[in-house]
Amino acid sequence: MIRTVNVQEITKNVKEMCIEANHFLSPDMEKAMKKAALSEESQVGKKILEQLLENLHIAGNDTIPICQDTGMAVVFLEVGQDVHLEGGNLEDAVNEGIRQGYVEGYLRKSVVSDPLIRENTKDNTPGIIHYKIVQGDKVVIKVAPKGFGSENMSRVFMLKPADGIEGVKKAVLDAVADAGPNACPPMVVGVGIGGTFEKCAVMAKEALTREVGEHSDIPYVKQMEEELLEKINGLGIGPGGLGGRTTAIAVNIDTYPTHIAGLPVAVNICCHVNRHVVRAI
Amino acid sequence: MERNLTVPASKEITRTLKAGDYVYLTGTIYTARDAAHKRMYEALMEGKNLPVDLCGQLVYYMGPSPARDGRPIGSAGPTTASRMDKYTPKLLDLGLGGMIGKGKRNKEVLDAIVKNQSIYFAAVGGAGALLSKCIKKAEVIAYDDLGTEAIRKLEVENFPVIVVVDSKGNNLYESATKEYRKETM
Repeated sequence: MIRTVNVQEITKNVKEMCIEANHFLSPDMEKAMKKAALSEESQVGKKILEQLLENLHIAGNDTIPICQDTGMAVVFLEVGQDVHLEGGNLEDAVNEGIRQGYVEGYLRKSVVSDPLIRENTKDNTPGIIHYKIVQGDKVVIKVAPKGFGSENMSRVFMLKPADGIEGVKKAVLDAVADAGPNACPPMVVGVGIGGTFEKCAVMAKEALTREVGEHSDIPYVKQMEEELLEKINGLGIGPGGLGGRTTAIAVNIDTYPTHIAGLPVAVNICCHVNRHVVRAI
Repeated sequence: MERNLTVPASKEITRTLKAGDYVYLTGTIYTARDAAHKRMYEALMEGKNLPVDLCGQLVYYMGPSPARDGRPIGSAGPTTASRMDKYTPKLLDLGLGGMIGKGKRNKEVLDAIVKNQSIYFAAVGGAGALLSKCIKKAEVIAYDDLGTEAIRKLEVENFPVIVVVDSKGNNLYESATKEYRKETM
């Protein structure tokens, strides 16, 4: 059975999700930050985590964005193959949702129309849209506005198969150590291993939207997530980069088959304002 | 140590601040980020004057989200300072009092801070809602066309920062990280 969805429905949801994501951090992130504030050994680190929790409280209560960098809107769309979209072009509908969300929601417009000419588009469009065609008759929308303080510290490593698991761990630790205070720690570290150059980067990005505390289904990957989190928190960077044990809240790794000659690894770093909202329509 | 500081402050006073000190700023500061820095730098290279006299002033690397009605400003936390590194030594040589941002600076900036007896403060990255509460007034004074990147004059009250690099060149990011680094790494 084909189900018809009007793209206006998508616009409306994207708009609301852009505003929601920028004012309310997901409960898993907030819970993890609260836990970190209790366990942090550094007094400065503890104080910063407490300020960040107070910041979340003010953002939600007074409707002020959690961070002034309200991000470039990254949208993951899973479109069921039994859905018929009507009422216009899907991409335009998503961008219209971003436009309305950022303009009407008092969010910052941080997008320039050309990477070198750099003229602000004044409505934060276009977004970055990733499409997947899946089974079923639903449209699942994930909106993840991404700040660039941490985006700028992200890396892609084209490792050799011989570098193996130790090479992957080193790549992640190097990227995090290099990011240090620039990426607004405590961070969430999204890692994509395998695929191709672009596939690992998209995996790393989507891994950031996984719930904090949830691990990979693959036992060795889960183990690597736990080990890397411990090692990252041993780097000493701490909240705000001012020293401490809470450098990362989570390490989320996704993997994909790859070529016999390669071992691509992408490390997408996100600040503590790891925004993501999911809705199904 | 916790200190209250009225800004702008003379170098005789900022020189007494040490890396790691908590400082609550009250007074006037100016915002400028990537595009404003580029434009100011180009003006200087062409022998023109800056649109605002930054001598002895603090520049805050920040581009706010829009203000809702009745509020002076939207979310207003620091942006990454290293993107301004290219332009900073020149501004410090011309008398800029200091900077507020977040993240590491390059060697040229660190040297220029010591040479000019300047200071680099960090504000808490990602605490834009909290920090906006300490901003009582905001006024665009130059480069209006740059939107969020325009130069703004801010009146702040007890605006919380921490000294990262003091006038002697002590660097909190280096010393504090070492203290908590596990040696098994």
